[in-house]
Amino acid sequence: MSHPTVVSPRRTFLKTGAASALAAGMPAILRGQAQPVRIGLVGCGGRGTGAASQALKADDGSRLVAVADISRTQVDDSLARLARAAGDKVQVKETNIFLGLDAYKKLIASGVDVVLLATPPGFRPLHLRAAIEAGKHVFCEKPISVDAPGVRSVMETARMAKEKNLALVAGFCWRYSTHIRETFEQVHSGAIGNIAAYYATYYTSPVKPMPPASQRPPGISDNEWMLRNWYNFNWLCGDGLVEQAIHSADKIAWAMHDQPPVSCVAVGGRQIPAEGGNIFDHFEVNYLYPNNVRAFLGCRQIEGCYNENSDYILGSSGAVTIGRGPLPRIEGSKPWTFTGQKNDMYQAEHDALFASIRRNEPINDGIWMATSTMLGIMGRMAAYTGQKITWEQAMNSQEVLFPMDFDGERPVNVAPMARPGKTKFA
Amino acid sequence: MRFAILLLFAAVLCAQKGSIDPAKERATVEALRKRIVAAPAPATGKAYKQTIPASDISYEMLPIPAGEFTMGTPASEAGRNADEGPQHKVKLEAFWMGKLEVTWDEYRLFMFSQQANETPGADATLDAISRPTRPYVEMSFGMGINGYPAISMTHHAANKYAEWLSAKTGHFYRLPTEAEWEYACRAGTTTAYPFGDDPAAIKNYAVFDANSNGQYAQVGTKKPNPWGLQDMHGNVMEWTVDQYDAKTYANAPALSIMPWVPSKTPYPHVARGGSWSDPPDKLRCGARVSSDPSWKQQDPQLPKSIWYHTDALFLGFRVVRPVKVPTAEEMYKYWNNGVEQEP
Repeated sequence: MSHPTVVSPRRTFLKTGAASALAAGMPAILRGQAQPVRIGLVGCGGRGTGAASQALKADDGSRLVAVADISRTQVDDSLARLARAAGDKVQVKETNIFLGLDAYKKLIASGVDVVLLATPPGFRPLHLRAAIEAGKHVFCEKPISVDAPGVRSVMETARMAKEKNLALVAGFCWRYSTHIRETFEQVHSGAIGNIAAYYATYYTSPVKPMPPASQRPPGISDNEWMLRNWYNFNWLCGDGLVEQAIHSADKIAWAMHDQPPVSCVAVGGRQIPAEGGNIFDHFEVNYLYPNNVRAFLGCRQIEGCYNENSDYILGSSGAVTIGRGPLPRIEGSKPWTFTGQKNDMYQAEHDALFASIRRNEPINDGIWMATSTMLGIMGRMAAYTGQKITWEQAMNSQEVLFPMDFDGERPVNVAPMARPGKTKFA
Repeated sequence: MRFAILLLFAAVLCAQKGSIDPAKERATVEALRKRIVAAPAPATGKAYKQTIPASDISYEMLPIPAGEFTMGTPASEAGRNADEGPQHKVKLEAFWMGKLEVTWDEYRLFMFSQQANETPGADATLDAISRPTRPYVEMSFGMGINGYPAISMTHHAANKYAEWLSAKTGHFYRLPTEAEWEYACRAGTTTAYPFGDDPAAIKNYAVFDANSNGQYAQVGTKKPNPWGLQDMHGNVMEWTVDQYDAKTYANAPALSIMPWVPSKTPYPHVARGGSWSDPPDKLRCGARVSSDPSWKQQDPQLPKSIWYHTDALFLGFRVVRPVKVPTAEEMYKYWNNGVEQEP
């Protein structure tokens, strides 16, 4: 007898011909039901492979037909797992395995309907623009960029997606989680009164620690070494606040109805040896919102410390706690606990994406996923420089971390570790 | 422009892929067995307290006598499931069992070797034992650490903990078999609970849904069973080494001797005892729970972690130490029974 604590409700989708799948401008292949939907996966690591398995489960017509990565070994491993998970829904011919930094272009041109983007985040704006320009629907992992130029690019891409009636679902998975959605519905319907403050924590161990230089294989280029250890370089990763704690930033944004803050101040730095990487290992960001509302985001990736991944939302008549114990709860004048079934939020992202495509009501998460990412980048800017940063400043920042013309050959100008008080805002 | 040299990510993948290298693991087990056989054993039939070397963390082991018992539940038992029958006789050899569920204090020494004051290279056999990867999030989910039961570990992780503890102490520890667990839970009784069939008194013996305030409690807050074991019912449910099979009992002979079910598939394995989130009928001595892939629902990766269940806040374990040290091959089988690989 299984322990019934978690259930993934199976999404059924409309099977009637009457479901208005026909629409002007709708790619012919998606008219009607159970037509194949061809999926291409860009970035075949753990998350990408997971996303592909969810995409293949989301729709009876889903087929994986193309993959792109810079590592053949990673591709092989991913395809082997997906074959075990999804059987004959995996139909990737050898000629549709694309390798290299430009593989995403070839994948997009190879005959796909939906593109899954799961590479290190530096590449995301480039990949997203290419997919949308080519008329593809997209599942776009978080964060959606590592710098402000990338955020602006994504916002433009999001507008294009809307004009072209393309679906764009963000990998901010908590927005697709039933128990977290219900919690924010409670907040937005006044369960805690007016929000006064939000405290979010993401205190963990290092995610992908940089190996010491002694472990660098002889003969590989700097670019290869960085790509292999992308987490430790902010031009690829965005830093821990943007890569990991961005979930906390997104939940703050969600609570604030995706309206931007006025400004932020932050502390941060690097304590443990960086071994050549340039990311911080701790941040604390203080966001000022209109009406004197404040949000505090603390994150840390250091061994041996207190670990916590929680959200505390303090309101005029109550408080929300997420992440202490198994279920979120509200205390105060309108107490509440989640009593439903938790869902598989990753599966839900894809169920929603594919259903929205079939229904010709494509979801577009593009703008809010960009502003949530910007919230993290802004906090990083404030911590790196030690300065107060306004939203306008951040949105207009000209600092380029990820060079859009990166081809793997030319050296990348990797900034040294930031030093508050010395590093200048750009 | 083409990226001239494509990367080989084999090294990146090895942290996750590295479950068991059979040849290496066999060598480790052989070495461990030598260490265990050479170490002094405590007096049979007596409880003992053990400090984990190079730490100030200790645990207590209670003697469980050899004997026979009737495993399973009668059709008349309220709240039972069909997989608990038919009842059948089982004969077991003597062992010690942890008085309490393994705590975070103990388990974190296994998760974090620096906390265990281990120096890499000082003990090659210890170094060869697989340790959990770093968790992405805090696996107690804020419910408490010191003195609280460790949770969220996979069946494989629990097995490796037992192997690690064996290396540290020179004793042979492993997960209990499903039969050993039920035998120890019943503690010589034959009713649904050791105190009888009526669950009214369960609140004195168990942290369960009605009294848990929505989370686990520190270990050892409730009354022991007749053999001194605490929290066999409730608090966290406990891994056993067996693969779950609904037909185990139906296929049992007239007398099973030291039975256990080796795994053929990554799921399911058996967990016993019920948890802080369960009602009384799930806390009966005979109740069986099978592990499920949904216990890793929030794991975003594929492959999912072989060390952590992201959605099993109700699940931990305790260890046993058989009096008789088995062969190295048997030790290998116990410690490597079932790795939850998905897919």
